[in-house]
Amino acid sequence: MNELIKKAASLLEANEVQVVIGYGLGSAKRPQAIFVTTPAGCEQLMFDNRCIQNLAVYLTKQEIRKLGKPAIVAPLPVLRSIVQLVAEQQLTEGDLVVLGIDPDGKLLEFSSFKAIESFLSDHKIVIEEKYLKKIEEIKNMPVGERFAYWVELLEPCFKCYACRAACPLCYCTRCTIENNQPQWIPVASHLQGNLEWHVMRAMHLAGRCTDCEACYHACPLGIPIHLLNKSLIQDLSESFGDYGPKISEPNMLSSFDPDDKESFIR
Amino acid sequence: MQTGNYSINEPSMSKLFDNLAEKGKTMYAPKNRGERILFQKVEKFGEIAGDYLLTANSAKEVVFPRYEKVFSYKKTQDGILINDPTGNPFSEVVLWGSRPCDAAAFIPMTNTFEKDYIDNLYVKRRKNLLVLSFSCNTCDEFCFCTSVNGGPGNTAGSDILFTRLQTGDFLAEIITEKGKKVVEENSSLFEASTAEGKEQSLAKVEPRFNQDEIQAKLQELFENPLWAEKSRACLGCGTCAYICPVCSCFDIQDEAHGSQGTRLRCWDSCGFSLFTLHTSGHNPRPDQGTRWRQRILHKFRYMPDKSKIAGCVGCGRCSRSCPAGINILDTVTAL
Repeated sequence: MNELIKKAASLLEANEVQVVIGYGLGSAKRPQAIFVTTPAGCEQLMFDNRCIQNLAVYLTKQEIRKLGKPAIVAPLPVLRSIVQLVAEQQLTEGDLVVLGIDPDGKLLEFSSFKAIESFLSDHKIVIEEKYLKKIEEIKNMPVGERFAYWVELLEPCFKCYACRAACPLCYCTRCTIENNQPQWIPVASHLQGNLEWHVMRAMHLAGRCTDCEACYHACPLGIPIHLLNKSLIQDLSESFGDYGPKISEPNMLSSFDPDDKESFIR
Repeated sequence: MQTGNYSINEPSMSKLFDNLAEKGKTMYAPKNRGERILFQKVEKFGEIAGDYLLTANSAKEVVFPRYEKVFSYKKTQDGILINDPTGNPFSEVVLWGSRPCDAAAFIPMTNTFEKDYIDNLYVKRRKNLLVLSFSCNTCDEFCFCTSVNGGPGNTAGSDILFTRLQTGDFLAEIITEKGKKVVEENSSLFEASTAEGKEQSLAKVEPRFNQDEIQAKLQELFENPLWAEKSRACLGCGTCAYICPVCSCFDIQDEAHGSQGTRLRCWDSCGFSLFTLHTSGHNPRPDQGTRWRQRILHKFRYMPDKSKIAGCVGCGRCSRSCPAGINILDTVTAL
């Protein structure tokens, strides 16, 4: 941790960055996002396995962008989100300094976004066994039972949109849900409104989601909405192979190849 | 029978629940759902969660559903037919297992819906609601009811307040006529008692601030860097408002299909950017700092200024559930 604190403080000292986005202990002794603007303030920085909020979400927030160039404390999920944001032209080289944290908790420095991409090629997204089993179980349900499963799961949702707000890839300044002429998705959290919202959310993240689980951790009602995303990741892995955020390759679902083996594309 | 204090043992509690449910009342109680304990409809006493500090959601849905029909309309050859749901019968609802903070929240909520404008949907729901609360014998670092005129054994807003005593039995304090009626109709389950042993059974919730001082300070702090600082991590979701037992802002939505439709009121949150966005594109609260200020001012200044009751009952749900870990106490105690 000393390494991280020293590095962050030196970046602020040299004015290479104006803010360090990291984790600190809040008043209730639980980790939360902190925004450090002075070298002395870097003493508050910490990292342990309770630091699960995906800080990449702040890279596109106007309130944080106003603070100046950031350095960001980036464990694996944050690194993946950064690469995806780069692939989607939301970040460009020089916009930020990435203070990577490897799975052993050691500080990682990257010379470029490409270097992060290359690091991630050794740390691929793998859907855990318990989720694979759950997804298979759901997929094997008869259609009526499967529908009832989702209805029951999503029923408590009151649409606070914490799942959207916590997702680093939900950076649209005007989400579909806020388009009200016409109102594409019902505002009310009734069955139709909830199903449409969650399906739309999952579909907008198909091929982009980096499996950080921020949506799930954010949900105040503990609804495992990340099952939808994980299922899509699994489908895409099976159809296209190697799944994960990439700068050097076109996006899985928003690009096409005229020489595609499928004929429908022509 | 007279109002006052009674004692009731655990088997009788279960019987009381059954008696109320048998009368066709809709029972709401804390119940496990996936990974959380939520206030939701329950059928049987055994479904009620045994060990909980507070539910993840608040109980406000029993009087202020997350969406509800204001009216529906249909164009016919004879003109436009309007269906006003306030003309329909409302089911009798029992809120079982609310905490004193949950119950206290009905007081500012009633001020909102029954003071300037009499909201018949709310009035009818509140009238049909029986609130059977349970005192708190534990608390956590997010609880601060004692800073907002509440407490772990506060009776305000409840019809009966049960306190589990060290003997294992429950003290039943009868607060209202509705509560009295419950005892009368189930007199074999209750025994006359005193309130002895209550205080020793309650959690110790240390006061964290003085609401009157906060209200006074907030008269001056409209422009202050504190708002942006304390809300820096805010993600702009609606969690704090939606799980708050007092927050009652709503949005009006029309769901129309051809020549018929329904007008709904749906929960809304001052944390959303769209909440104050004008048609012109101008937004008088352009960032999370100004939205956070509104949340604090509304609860700790505007509501007490207007009706002498704070818009916060100190349940701490917003702080416990904030996906960015923002603790409302950090702001209020820093004023």
